[in-house]
Amino acid sequence: MATQQQPATGVEKKPVPIVAYLHLPESPDDEPYLWGNKCKSCGAVYVGSRMACSKCSSSELEEIRFSNVGEIWTFGVVHQSMPNVPTPFVAAIIDLPEGASVRATVTGLDPTQPDPAWFGKKVQMYLEKAYTNKQGDDIITYKYRPVEGS
Amino acid sequence: MREVAIVGVGMIKYGRYPDKYVHELGAEAVLEACKDAGIGVKDIQLLVSGNLYQSNAMVGQRILHQIGQTGIPVVNVANACATGSTAVREAYLAVASGAYDIAAAVGSEQMGKMGLLGGRGEDPYGRGHPSEGHVGSGIMPTVFGQAGVEHMRKYGTTFEQFAKVAYKNHKHSVQNPLAQYQQEFSLEEIMNSRMITWPNTLYMCCPTGDGAGAVVVMPADKARQYTNAPVIIGAAILTSDPWSERDLALADVNTLTRLAAQQAYEQSGIGPEDLDLVELHDCFATAELLHYENLGLCGEGEGGRMIDEKRVYHGGQIPVNVSGGLLSRGHPLGATGACGIAEVVWHLRGQAGGRQVEGAKAGLAHVIGLGSACTVHILKR
Repeated sequence: MATQQQPATGVEKKPVPIVAYLHLPESPDDEPYLWGNKCKSCGAVYVGSRMACSKCSSSELEEIRFSNVGEIWTFGVVHQSMPNVPTPFVAAIIDLPEGASVRATVTGLDPTQPDPAWFGKKVQMYLEKAYTNKQGDDIITYKYRPVEGS
Repeated sequence: MREVAIVGVGMIKYGRYPDKYVHELGAEAVLEACKDAGIGVKDIQLLVSGNLYQSNAMVGQRILHQIGQTGIPVVNVANACATGSTAVREAYLAVASGAYDIAAAVGSEQMGKMGLLGGRGEDPYGRGHPSEGHVGSGIMPTVFGQAGVEHMRKYGTTFEQFAKVAYKNHKHSVQNPLAQYQQEFSLEEIMNSRMITWPNTLYMCCPTGDGAGAVVVMPADKARQYTNAPVIIGAAILTSDPWSERDLALADVNTLTRLAAQQAYEQSGIGPEDLDLVELHDCFATAELLHYENLGLCGEGEGGRMIDEKRVYHGGQIPVNVSGGLLSRGHPLGATGACGIAEVVWHLRGQAGGRQVEGAKAGLAHVIGLGSACTVHILKR
C-alpha cells in the first residue's frame, strides 16, 4: 500500500491518541497511561473528564492516573462488525484497580474458545497503531493482553 | 392526575416497505387506532410522534399532512429504542393532567436493511476517531452480549439457556400475523446459526425493518362512552440510567429497568405476581433473560431456570413475548414501544387471536433504549 505523501515540513507529525483519556508518551522516559477524574467528595472514579460527579453532583474532581494493569470483568467475542474491522476479536470490559472500568480489545486469548477462565484474568495495557487517518495522523490505541503467568 | 384509558390501538405488519415513506406507515397506524377507538382524526387534540432515525424531519406533522391538518399541537420525540413508548407516555401525561381529553401517540420507523447498529451520530466538528475493534466494541450485539456474559459470570448461565430464549420467541411468532418473521427454528439451528457476537448468534439478534404503531388515550370516564373494554394505564414510567458502577463502559441495562419496574408496581398497585403477560425488550436473546430478574418475575439468578422450566412460554406461569418479541416481531426502533403496548391491549381485550393469553387482566410492556432510557407501562382491564 502506498504511504500518503506528507508536506516536507521537517517536523514529524505527533501520533494521536484514539480516545482523549489515553496519554501517549511525550519523551523517552515518559510512559503511556489512561487517565480520569476522581470525585473528592464521594470517591467515584471516571474514565476521562467530567464536569461534575455524576454520582453525587460534587464539582470537586481531581485528575487520576490509572494503573496499566486490570482484570477482565465481562467480554464478548465479536465475529461480525463494521466494515473493514477484522474479526474475530475479544471485546472486554476491564476493571481497573482505581475503581473505574474501560472498554478494550484484548489480544492473546483464543477468540474461538471463549472461556469462563477469562473472568478476573489479569491483563496488561499496551499501545498499538490503529490506523493512519485521512489527515495522515497515526492514530494510536490501547489494548490489553494477559499478564504472563496469570 | 386523572385515570387514563387506552381506547384505540393500531399497528401495521412489520417488514420492509421500500415503496412507502415512514410518515405513510405512521399515518396508517394512526388511522387504524382512530377506527379502533371510534373517533375521527378531527377529534385528536394532541399528537405525539416518536421516530428515531428521522427525528429532525417532523414526522408527526408529515403524518397529519396525509390524514388531517387540524392545527393541533404535535410533539416529535426521540428516545432511542424507547421512542414509541415515550410518545405514549407523553400522550398519557397530557390527558392525565387534564390538559387534553383525546390524545394520540404514534411510533414509526423505517430502517430498511440497515445492518449492525453502533452508537452515536456524527460530530459537527468531526472530532473523535473510529474505534470499533480498536477499543473493544460498541455495536449492539456486543453490548448486550457482554451484559449476558456478566450474568454467566454471576450465575453460571449458559449459551444454551440464552439460545432457548430465541427458540421460545421464534416459536411464539408463528401465531402473530403482524410479526416481521413467523418462523420457528430448532434449538440446534439457533445455536449453529452465524455467530454475530458470542454468545449471540444471528437468530438471537432482532432484525432491522419498518413498522408503525399508534395508541389513542382518553380520561377513563370518557372512555366508557367509546368502548365497553377500556384498558386502564395503571402506570407509565420513564427512567434514565442512574449512576452505577460500570455504566459508562458497559451500558447498565439492569439498574434503570429495576428502577422503572419498582415505580410502576408502586404506582399501579399491581405486582409482578399479578401479571398475566409481559412484553419485554428482547433486542438480543441475552437481554431477555436479564429482564426476568430486573422486572421481578423471578428471584436473583433464577433467569436461567425461568427459560429451562418453560415458565415464560405461552401457557406458562408468566408468558413473556407471546408476540414473538423483538427477535421475531421485529424492532423498527421508534415503533417498538407503541406496538408492545398495543400487543398487551389486544390480550386484555381478548383480541389476540391464536396467541391470546386466556383471561388476561393485567400486563406489562417494557422497553429499553441504550444511552439509556427505560419505559415500563402496566395496563389493566
